[in-house]
Amino acid sequence: MAALVVLLFALAATGGLYAALAPAPKAQAQDSGQQSLAIEQGKKLYDVGCASCHNSNGQGSDDGPSLVGVGSAAVDFQVGTGRMPAQQPGPQVEKKKVIYTQAQIDQLAAYIASLGPGPAAPTKDQYSPADADVAKGGELFRTNCSQCHNFVGKGGALTHGKFAPSLKGSSSKHIYEAMQTGPQNMPSFPDSTMPSKDKADIIAYLHAVDTAQSPNPGGFTLGSLGPVSEGLFAWVFGLGTLLGLAVWLAARNTKAKKS
Amino acid sequence: MTEIGSHNDVPENLPEHGSDHGHEAARKDPFANPGLPPHEFRRQDIDPKAARHSERVVTGLFVLSMLATIGFIACFVIFPVDKIVYIFPFGHVSALNFSLGLTLGVALFAIGAGAVHWARTLMSDEEITDERHRADADDQLRENVRQQWITGAKESGFGRRKMIRNSMLGALTLVPLAGVVLLRDLGPLPEKKLDHTAWAKGKKLINSNTSQPLRPEDVQVGSLTFAQPQGLEETQDDFQEQIAKAALMIVRLKPGDIKDKRERDWGHEGIVAFSKICTHVGCPISLYEQQTHHVLCPCHQSTFDLSDGARVLFGPAGHPLPQLRISVDGDGDLVALGDFEEPVGPAFWERS
Amino acid sequence: MSTTTEEAPAQRGRPSNPGERVAEWADGRLGLYKFAKSNLRKVFPDHWSFMLGEICLYSFTILILTGVYLTLFFHPSMNEVVYHGSYTPLQGVRMSEAYSSTLHISFDVRGGLLVRQIHHWSALIFIAAMIVHMMRVFFTGSFRKPREINWLFGWTLLFLGMFTGFTGYSLPDDLLSGTGVRFMEGAILSVPIVGTYLSMFLFGGEFPGHDFVGRFYSIHILLLPGMMAGLLVLHLILVFFHKHTQFPGAGKTEKNVVGAPFFPIYTAKAGGFFFIVFGVIAAIAAVATVNPIWEMGPYRPDQVSTGAQPDWYMGFSEGLIRVMPGWEIRAWGHTLVLGVFIPLMIFPLVMMSIAAYPFIEAWVTGDKSEHHLADRPRNRPVRTGIGVAWLTVYFILLIGGGNDIFATHFHLSINAITWFVRVSFFVAPVITYWITKRICLGLQRRDRDKVLHGRETGIIKRLPHGEFIEVHEPLSQQQLHVLTAHAQPKPLTLAPEVDENGVARKAGPIAKVQARLSQNWYGEHSQIPKPTAEEYEEITSGHGHH
Repeated sequence: MAALVVLLFALAATGGLYAALAPAPKAQAQDSGQQSLAIEQGKKLYDVGCASCHNSNGQGSDDGPSLVGVGSAAVDFQVGTGRMPAQQPGPQVEKKKVIYTQAQIDQLAAYIASLGPGPAAPTKDQYSPADADVAKGGELFRTNCSQCHNFVGKGGALTHGKFAPSLKGSSSKHIYEAMQTGPQNMPSFPDSTMPSKDKADIIAYLHAVDTAQSPNPGGFTLGSLGPVSEGLFAWVFGLGTLLGLAVWLAARNTKAKKS
Repeated sequence: MTEIGSHNDVPENLPEHGSDHGHEAARKDPFANPGLPPHEFRRQDIDPKAARHSERVVTGLFVLSMLATIGFIACFVIFPVDKIVYIFPFGHVSALNFSLGLTLGVALFAIGAGAVHWARTLMSDEEITDERHRADADDQLRENVRQQWITGAKESGFGRRKMIRNSMLGALTLVPLAGVVLLRDLGPLPEKKLDHTAWAKGKKLINSNTSQPLRPEDVQVGSLTFAQPQGLEETQDDFQEQIAKAALMIVRLKPGDIKDKRERDWGHEGIVAFSKICTHVGCPISLYEQQTHHVLCPCHQSTFDLSDGARVLFGPAGHPLPQLRISVDGDGDLVALGDFEEPVGPAFWERS
Repeated sequence: MSTTTEEAPAQRGRPSNPGERVAEWADGRLGLYKFAKSNLRKVFPDHWSFMLGEICLYSFTILILTGVYLTLFFHPSMNEVVYHGSYTPLQGVRMSEAYSSTLHISFDVRGGLLVRQIHHWSALIFIAAMIVHMMRVFFTGSFRKPREINWLFGWTLLFLGMFTGFTGYSLPDDLLSGTGVRFMEGAILSVPIVGTYLSMFLFGGEFPGHDFVGRFYSIHILLLPGMMAGLLVLHLILVFFHKHTQFPGAGKTEKNVVGAPFFPIYTAKAGGFFFIVFGVIAAIAAVATVNPIWEMGPYRPDQVSTGAQPDWYMGFSEGLIRVMPGWEIRAWGHTLVLGVFIPLMIFPLVMMSIAAYPFIEAWVTGDKSEHHLADRPRNRPVRTGIGVAWLTVYFILLIGGGNDIFATHFHLSINAITWFVRVSFFVAPVITYWITKRICLGLQRRDRDKVLHGRETGIIKRLPHGEFIEVHEPLSQQQLHVLTAHAQPKPLTLAPEVDENGVARKAGPIAKVQARLSQNWYGEHSQIPKPTAEEYEEITSGHGHH
């Protein structure tokens, strides 16, 4: 088992390294903007970085699911957050350093999208429209999302060591794509049951409560984790401080002979 | 031990010290209580400069408290209630809460610190001794009280007039019943209220997000959707009670992934509808893992397998999540084929 | 005032000092001087651990003060309103008046947020301080005669404090507390036979109904604090009446109490400490958020957030609920919900075991004498071990109650943590009891060595013949006394089966259990004989210290 993991890790790492060092696509290709060229470049990237698990042409293997029909949104999310290429297959692949440029990710996405119809990566109008309703987003968030991701997106535990990650710092586009495609164990919330407008509202709510600029009027949020962190704080800093002061209060004052 | 008592600077009002009753006894018993050690003076007791310094510190603390209270009032007037300021490392905090809390904290703490410092450095720190007395009475007092009690008991005839005594005890026992009866209208009787929900045959499954009827083609494999019964409006008076039982969780599995035959039959083309209310103590359970088909309760971690009749896999829940039988109506919308066949939510005594 | 002086008996002259005049006036009506005579110079021993009870008293006082303020703005109503206050992320959301008035306190009342946070932090600290205070009393044996009743008063205060906290936490009707109330409904439903009736009566119908906030409100602000205030007064009266315990030391005996006088030292220190406690909690409320209900949203029974926990003091009961297997017995058309009902019953048992302890110990040891000198925990290994075992269970269950937060923050599996708690609940207290007892006995041995051979100075001396020894410094008489002041009771033994007249007597089974437990408490495996004066004389006079 360990040997297999090491092997996979090595494979993924070499793939990633190769992808990073591979000659950058010619400027002409980008400029031309031809879909077929992007697909072609994407396939090259795919064969190097992805095919070892997802098999050639994306039909999937024991180590990675089929990518036919997952759409460009899924590629943009998985590769754009660094989850793919994975170091090893497993129930939960964590976010890490992104090793592809956005242009390469778009090429990969174009290639995967060409394999079968699927949700397309959203446009800016979709994930951050001007008229998003924060309060509606809050209600939707509490109905659909907070059960795993906590009231204000701090994340939470799932079964057997899996977890729903914190949403802080995730880009609006990636949050949108996650809802659209349901990466890994997260269920999807497709447009047919959660319209694009609802997703934008949820993102607006998260922007209001879960960014570095969000107000925390009461002071330290203690992680917004609820009573566990509050209880620890009350014991350590509240009672701790008071006990320290009680020791001072009851201690004898310095005696003259010692000074 | 230095005999401070011989020191010339000792103020007159300090009591003399150094009685060593213990020494005699110590010769007999090496572990005997040596008695109170002689009192030792603090710097403040013998050095007027140190005492004046303490006095200044205590006064300073009390003055600081006054300033802080003035600051508290000033902050109350100055800062608008909705002003948010960035203060490292606390973040974007309410200016009012932060300033009021700290000024109040200082105003109070300084009074306390001043009083304690005063007590520790300037008030006498000589220990004094007090005798303890046993709580219980001596024999004479005990006998006295006993006699008083016997006299009183005799005069009342409590022991003799048994009819009076017994009827009084009976009355005193019964009268609290009036209070118990008064509590009856705290709520209705349970009857069959917990057995039914707002679901009924032909009621459409309304998407909680869009308030539109759900259609089978809307529900994709791997997605998670919440639904409520047609006709249940947020504005209606008993919405909370109804949604507390009727909340529904809808997922779609590949028909081949469904292990339980009844589950497959009660769903529609792999679309299955389960109660969102945990069968343990009623939390809205919905932490659905789309690859494992497990659903976890965030409150007490009961885990159910949605691919196998919502069987309990882990945790304190005692029975599977109830499934709602669904189908498609003439409009092509998903509908319930009836109410849940068993009570939703936590188990109770009358549940069969 | 002028009429007062006219009516005053002429024997005493009219005091010139106005303060004294007030005192005279009160004395004529309340017997103030007689009361003050026995109490003004009452002695209180100084020790930091004796201030723990005061932290409780003061945080309770702060709770009353801030609580009264909060009632001025809080609407204990579950009528639904649409929010139009100043917190934008909830604009236009339907919620109960209780929730919207709590938002109003937090965002529109100047200083309202501060008072709310002081109130909540005080509650968390209040109960933490009660636990620590109780543990101090426990481990020093200060619950022994004559203080058993005060132990029960204190224990009841802790128990009521937990429920006052829980009802208060439920009042804002936010999503987190509502989830807690829903849990309570499920727990009540699990009660055999009457569960559904109790639930209907508590909630005025089906959950959540429109009544529980109002009902919890009167329980939270009137019934429970009223009972607690009464118990608190009784608790303090008994502290005054018994006089405080003290640790053994020079000049301190079972018959006296040594310390500072109530007036002025204790007045200044204890009075000052109130302001210190209040000041610290105010500062905490300025810098740290507690229960940000605006983040949680209004309660809806179909919504939830992960990390759904009660406040920490209910954490151990949450742990019990989380780790219990899901047992359900169905027969004859009824369901017995053991998976919920058993933890619901263990929860008070965990509490009551500690309430009953003083009486159990007194019975086992047959101890009927008064005790005013606090025990050093090491000298009572069995009690100390039991206390540590109890704490172990308590903290293991706290871990169980927060298993999801522990899972995410320590990268563990909640299933693994749950199993760990299930096993540890039974195993860990046994292990910690055993370890604690061994440590206590080890410390007793060290005390014995110190008494007989003196303190190790760390100075190594080389003797003329080349041997290296460590210099031991003999203890002062005060230290010798402290290390030997404790009594070492003999275990109870059963009377001989045949008395001196040859008549057979049978010891009852209860007496046998008592004797066996007593043997466990005070037998040779539970205490190291403390050095006798003869042993000490022999060593010190014989070859000095080596």
